[in-house]
Amino acid sequence: MTKAQEFKQQSEQTAFDTALHHKLQNSIGQYQHKHLRGREQFADLELAKTRASGLKQKVIENLDKYLIEFESNYIKNGGKLIWALNAEEALKEIEIILQKHNINCAVKSKSMISEEIHLNEFLKAKNIDCPETDLGEFIQQEAGERPFHIVTPAMHKSKEEIAELYKQKFGTPAQASPEEITKFTREYLRKKFYLADIGITGANFLIADAGAIAITENEGNATLSVSMPRIHIAIAGIEKIIPSLNDLDLFWPLLATYGTGQKLTAYNSVIFGPRQSHEVDGPTDMYLILLDNGRTNILEQPEQRRALNCIRCGACLNVCPVYTTIGGHAYGTTYSGPIGKVITPLMKGLKEYQHLSSASSLCGKCTEVCPVKIDLHNLLLHNRKEAIQQGLQPKAEKVTWYFWKSAMLSRKKMNKGSAKVKNFMLQTFFKKTWGEHRDLPVVAEKSFNQLMRERTGNR
Amino acid sequence: MIVDIFIPCFIDQFYPQTALNMVQLLERAGCGVSYNPEQTCCGQPAFNAGRVDDCKAIGEKFIREFTNDRYIVTPSASCVGMVKNYYPEVFRNSASYNQYKLIHKNIIEFSDFMVNVLRVTELGAKLEAKAVYHDSCAALRELNLKNEARILLSKVRGLKLREMKEQDVCCGFGGTFSTKHPAIASSMAEQKINNALQEDAEIIISTDLSCLMHIQSYASKQAKPVKSMHLIDVLASS
Repeated sequence: MTKAQEFKQQSEQTAFDTALHHKLQNSIGQYQHKHLRGREQFADLELAKTRASGLKQKVIENLDKYLIEFESNYIKNGGKLIWALNAEEALKEIEIILQKHNINCAVKSKSMISEEIHLNEFLKAKNIDCPETDLGEFIQQEAGERPFHIVTPAMHKSKEEIAELYKQKFGTPAQASPEEITKFTREYLRKKFYLADIGITGANFLIADAGAIAITENEGNATLSVSMPRIHIAIAGIEKIIPSLNDLDLFWPLLATYGTGQKLTAYNSVIFGPRQSHEVDGPTDMYLILLDNGRTNILEQPEQRRALNCIRCGACLNVCPVYTTIGGHAYGTTYSGPIGKVITPLMKGLKEYQHLSSASSLCGKCTEVCPVKIDLHNLLLHNRKEAIQQGLQPKAEKVTWYFWKSAMLSRKKMNKGSAKVKNFMLQTFFKKTWGEHRDLPVVAEKSFNQLMRERTGNR
Repeated sequence: MIVDIFIPCFIDQFYPQTALNMVQLLERAGCGVSYNPEQTCCGQPAFNAGRVDDCKAIGEKFIREFTNDRYIVTPSASCVGMVKNYYPEVFRNSASYNQYKLIHKNIIEFSDFMVNVLRVTELGAKLEAKAVYHDSCAALRELNLKNEARILLSKVRGLKLREMKEQDVCCGFGGTFSTKHPAIASSMAEQKINNALQEDAEIIISTDLSCLMHIQSYASKQAKPVKSMHLIDVLASS
């Protein structure tokens, strides 16, 4: 089955899943409510968005310079930097680190880029115990599922479903409350933190002038992941750069307000390398893997390059009617929703993934909400354009467009054929594409063109 | 005032009565209506499918057909959005661009024209019904039109207009989207219709027949107790 067929099948399965829709509406409803309050902290939100967008744009347009600035400052702080072109290279480097430090137990905090390289599966195959330590991610890992949403990984699960999962996995009571579940998870994971030799995290921002990484979280698990184990591995995409430490006062509130509706996320850490000679604790070694994995393909596109501004707040998913209709898993990709539909086809190839660019009604809500002003729906159009330019179009479609175009280029041709003939053509050629849920519209007996010509007596 | 009109391809073929009603409303409001019978389409379907060259060919024809310096009134926010917001990209650095600039200034959606140019809001319409107004994405987010249709509808005698939940959410049409992903599009129509029914609406009104075509086609197949009506057809009711 091709990726497009898989997507079609998956999305058809969930499109009418009203139970799923209710759960998503519930969760996103709470987010929207908080988000509106979070926004109030900005004296001039539009200006904040414009500044953030401008800063990211400046970084992306000069990424080569910023990456080198970051690298040299980061190395000065004592960190080890690894450049990885793709998932395979990143995993190979991680394996080398694990072997070098003789590691069996790890802990990991929430990181979408680790999903991108399938790190959990890799570590499992190497017999390394590596629990997710973010509650939502932990639930997903125990359920054997990938994250459903880039910020809220278990958004699609009700508290009853989670209690049931815990009962099966850990024998907790079937009626366990969210508080009890959280308490149990906390105690369970605390032991894992004690045992872990290595902590794996992502990074929300790479700060060029400080050579530091910033991590944002709500549960304290990322802070534990970088402070308790003796080794720290961080993985980040090369686009995560912001110019200066001072820019965090702009990006932290934006990320919080658009990600979870908070004014500021509960824990915001800036990590300046491993333990320094004058320090008494912290990891002895810090490795940072800077991953390309298709990001330079995006950088190559002068328009779609703007998608690299993304700070992964997930706001575009929450407002997307396609996302809330089919859910995050139907996409079959690491990044779902509008941003996923823009970047996945470019990162992994339009040939296999162009169907994602077409899976949007272009309603523009994603563009409206984006805190770094990415015009996501326009970028989907650019992807579609690129797919046509690469000749990635089924023959049948080409034929349909040919006839459509020749009719639209000539009023004479458009007027040809009675309504009866046109309706017959519609029924013959469009019944299947219009689908089983809808009646086809009916061509009127007389077109407006004909009615107007009759009206003015100009036949 | 004499105005040109642009009647989009699918309205011409599927909903000629709405276009005719627009002509009558414009005339009732004191406008002379000029119609160039050579017009066909703005090229939006091709543009949204990524076929920019096809769009450009059709757009060049469109630009040739509207050479007068007067308003081009159109019963579709979606097509106006295409011409106003995306033609600049399509015709950048092309010979047609200068001619296009005139169209950019003149093309206008019907409710925008009535409320903000003519300043005529009372058209003597009467319709006994409970209704909701569906904001089309193009009107709302491409043209920034939110109140215009509501102002016009507030003057319709007998019409009880209510606001529905998620009123700014897309109905699921999206052009080729609704043929490439019919299940997703249909589910979005279902959600939109359910929101309307929650308000006991008998009619879903919008500025855009593309939304309504999709909503209506779902409602009739699924025998939902609601029908769709273009703003213009409501205003032409008596």
